[in-house]
Amino acid sequence: MTSIQDAATPPVAGPGGAADDTLRPARRRALRYLALYLLALVFVSPLLYMLVTSFKTRAEAAGTTPSWIPDPFTLQAYGHLLAAPDTPVLTWFANSLIAAGLNAALVVATASLAAYPLARMEFRGKRVVFGLVIAMLMVPGVILVIPNYLIVSELGWLNSLTAIIVPTAASAFGVFFMRQFFVNLPGELEEAALLDGANRFQVFVQVVVPLARPAMATLALLAFLTNWNDFLWPVYVLFSPETRTLPAGLATLQGANQVRYDVLMAGAVIASVPVMLLFSFLQRFIIEGVSRSGLKG
Amino acid sequence: MSPSTAHAVDAPAPGASAPATGGRRHGRSPIAPAPATPWLFLAPFLALFGTFVLLPAGLGVWISLHDWDYTFVSHPFVGLRNYLDLLDPSSTSGGPFWESMRATGVFTASSVPLLLVVPLLVALMMNARFPGRNFLRAVYFAPYVLGVAVISVLWRYLLDTNIGPVNHYLGLVGLPDATAWLTSQPAAWVSLVAVTVWWTLGFNAVIYLAALQDIPAELYEAAQVDGASVAQRFWNVTLPGLRPVLMFVTVNTIIMSANMFGQSYLMTEGGPGRSTRTAIMRIADTGLSSFQMGSAAAMSYVLTLVLMLLSGVVFWLFRDRDAVRTRANVRTREKVRS
Repeated sequence: MTSIQDAATPPVAGPGGAADDTLRPARRRALRYLALYLLALVFVSPLLYMLVTSFKTRAEAAGTTPSWIPDPFTLQAYGHLLAAPDTPVLTWFANSLIAAGLNAALVVATASLAAYPLARMEFRGKRVVFGLVIAMLMVPGVILVIPNYLIVSELGWLNSLTAIIVPTAASAFGVFFMRQFFVNLPGELEEAALLDGANRFQVFVQVVVPLARPAMATLALLAFLTNWNDFLWPVYVLFSPETRTLPAGLATLQGANQVRYDVLMAGAVIASVPVMLLFSFLQRFIIEGVSRSGLKG
Repeated sequence: MSPSTAHAVDAPAPGASAPATGGRRHGRSPIAPAPATPWLFLAPFLALFGTFVLLPAGLGVWISLHDWDYTFVSHPFVGLRNYLDLLDPSSTSGGPFWESMRATGVFTASSVPLLLVVPLLVALMMNARFPGRNFLRAVYFAPYVLGVAVISVLWRYLLDTNIGPVNHYLGLVGLPDATAWLTSQPAAWVSLVAVTVWWTLGFNAVIYLAALQDIPAELYEAAQVDGASVAQRFWNVTLPGLRPVLMFVTVNTIIMSANMFGQSYLMTEGGPGRSTRTAIMRIADTGLSSFQMGSAAAMSYVLTLVLMLLSGVVFWLFRDRDAVRTRANVRTREKVRS
């Protein structure tokens, strides 16, 4: 993805391989990259420290001199965490996984289906629907929190994972995102399939979805990450220890372990591992999705 | 960016809605769908969107016009009283609300400029070919992948007055090493802003970077041929090229900052005193802990109104230059004509 654009992209500050490539700009460029690498090291050091501290003893984690290598290396923080009945981390983990997974599936399915006619069909009311989607993209989510609490309460979903999975699946961003993709997709294959007698739904499932897989994967990842990390809504909607997701659970954990920094860091690591794994394998999709979201402006 | 760039050549510019007419052959099928077909596709989304976005957006207004205590059965209609109470700084709801709006304002005003400039610097430095570029991009983006809960729990530890590494390393380089980063002011704001910049810098940087790569190389070459300096190239090529994205990033960053909640909730718990209790904290606390939903709904509309006005100002600021340019063009054209 970047290689094509790299070739066409000149360095902004330095001269782009022109004849004036003298020692000074070259040295300046080297310094610039060195600065970037050093900065990057400082930048990630907090995350490394979180990981390192989760393997320390209680005493070492509370020591006044920071240590970068646990001495002794121990899993006692994780042991303590898994044994504590008030803070069921494994349940939180499972809750987060189920909620984020189902939410992402729901977002991708409903947003793709809704985006398709908005990109490809002419019908009355299309402008109204799309206008509402765009308008709601710009409305800050804060006005929805209080009334949605009432709606979720009426539906009997308070303190259940359904409250985390379903309401946030109404993704105006998802519809916008998928519509952009469909609009830019050449339509010949779909027309051919229609002329062959396939109906619209068959065309969508058999022709469009296979072509849209990268976009759907990107949207699924963004939805998963958003849901996995969501904090305010779960904190107020899930109020018993065993129904919480990881971020809401971390708040409980911090309340219960004010000075057990080894345990808190272990909890933070557990909440980070799945998204960090997803990010390291699929960062191209995630970064691409985010950078494309900025182009809606 | 590859999927969109690959098709950019033969696709029309994506507008707000598909063009009704025009010489565009592919993309729209010649066979008209049955009237129900589009609605069947839309139905699942519209069911969710209607129930959890459109309905609450309206229901919120209704709630805000009532004395709506969630724990009571009856919710008497009070008209605009919730709003009037908010406008009265001496009332029990107005005073703390504006205090929290002020906190949100302090946070937004301090974090937005940093979140506009620092990521741009990172993106400019990364907008070149060098070994490990993609890796570095991932590094700068990494904290954003983690949620606010993780980074807040982490930084509460790192910023601890007595055992936090931040004070230790500050002491090593000869700076004050006993700052109460989370329990004194202005240190608490410095901490919340710095942690937020660290956390979300990668998001804006990635958007900038994509936009920088869409600026045609020919423009830089032409500017260089004309003898433009680095600074001139930045002002005359890079910044104009970034303008649309800059507008999106500015509005988005303002909204994100004004919605700050988790950092204050977990790192400072709104303290010291109530100094870092943001508007969102106040709304959530009033509506979802004290269950005074009418008042909380009114607060959320006031906050939204302020945010929309701010966004309007940003749109105006970014559009104005266009208008000025158009006016200048018209003037030149008129001069040519006369």
